[in-house]
Amino acid sequence: MLKSMEFIFLEVGIYCHLLMERNQMHRQIASIRKSFFDQGYLDEQFIQLEELQDNSNPNFVEEVVTLFYRDSARFLYNLDQALEKRPLDFNKLDSLMHQFKGSSSSIGAKKVKTECTNFRAHCNAQNAEGCKRTYQHVKREYTTLKKKLEAYFQMSRQVGPIEMACRPR
Amino acid sequence: METTTLCCDPTNSSDCKELHVLAVDDSNIDRKVIQKLLQISSFKVTVVESGTRALQYLGLDEDKNSTRFDDLKVNLIMTDYSMPGMTGFELLKKIKNSSTLREIPVVIMSSENSVTRIDRCLEEGAEDYLLKPVKLSDVRRLKDAILKSGAPEIDPIQTKKRTYRLDQSSKLPTSIDCHDLTSSPPDSPQQSVAKRARL
Repeated sequence: MLKSMEFIFLEVGIYCHLLMERNQMHRQIASIRKSFFDQGYLDEQFIQLEELQDNSNPNFVEEVVTLFYRDSARFLYNLDQALEKRPLDFNKLDSLMHQFKGSSSSIGAKKVKTECTNFRAHCNAQNAEGCKRTYQHVKREYTTLKKKLEAYFQMSRQVGPIEMACRPR
Repeated sequence: METTTLCCDPTNSSDCKELHVLAVDDSNIDRKVIQKLLQISSFKVTVVESGTRALQYLGLDEDKNSTRFDDLKVNLIMTDYSMPGMTGFELLKKIKNSSTLREIPVVIMSSENSVTRIDRCLEEGAEDYLLKPVKLSDVRRLKDAILKSGAPEIDPIQTKKRTYRLDQSSKLPTSIDCHDLTSSPPDSPQQSVAKRARL
C-alpha cells in the first residue's frame, strides 16, 4: 500500500516537472516570436498567416515559409546570374526583384522586403554599385531570417500544441 | 429575369452551396495563401497560375457550349495584376469582353498602390482592387458584398473606388441566386430551368 502511494507521488512529481518544463519552453517560444516583431524581422502579414492556421492545417505557417525558401532559391539564383552580366539589365533585375519582394511580403519578411525596395530604387537609378551592394543586404537579411525561422519552427514542433503531454493515471 | 427565392442564409451555410472563386496568381506562395484565405471564408476555390489557364478553365478559349460553363459556375474571379504573359489587366479585359463571362465579378490584386492603375482597372470593369498581401478582412468584405448585391453596378465616373458600392436600391434579394452570379439572359429559359433544378 505504501509502495503504491510513493509511486503515485513520484508520478505526480514527474508530471509537474514536465509540465513546468513545457510551460517554460512555451514561454521561450513566445518570447522568441515576440522578438521577431519587436526587432522588425516580421510584420503583421506573419500574424495573418498564423490566423489561417488551424487544427485541420496545423503546420500552415511553416509550410508557407518553407515554400518561400524553396521558391526564393530560384529567384536568388536568377538574380545572381543577372548580376554577373555586363552591362547590367536593370529592367530584368527590377522585374526579378519585384517577384522576390512580393513573395517576401507574403510571408511578412519585413527586413527582407525593405532591402528589396532599396535594390529596386538602385535599379531605377541605374546604379550598378548600389544594386550589387543592396543585393548583399537582401541576401544577408534573407539568410538571417531563414535561420531564425527554422530554429523557431523546430522548437515549436518539439513542444507541440499547448496541451498536456502526459496525464496521471 | 430569373426570380428565385434567396437560398443563401449567411448564418447557415449548410442551406447554401458555396460560392466558387477562381484565383489567378503566378506566385506559388500567393496561390497557397489566397487558397487558404478563401477556404477559411467558406468559398469553394480553384487556383490557376496564369491568365491563359484561367481562360481555359472558364471555357473561353475553346468552342464550348454553355452547358460546360454552367458546371463550372464561377462566382468570382480574383487575379494578380503583374503576371508574365497575360497580365491580370488583360485577363480582366478578356473576361469583360466575353458575352458569357462578363457578368462574373473580377477583383484585381496588386502590390502596387498606384491610383492610375486602380482607376484603369475599375474603369475596365473590375469590382475591386485589393492591395497585396490580401487579408482575411478583405476576403470577408468581398464575400459580404457578393452575397448582398449579386453583380454590383459600376459607376465609371467614380474614381479611387477602393471598397464595394452596394447598389442595394436596384437589387432585390429575391433575384439573387447564391450559386450563380451570372444573370440569366431572358432568351435562355433552359439555362434558368437547369439552375432551378439544382436548388
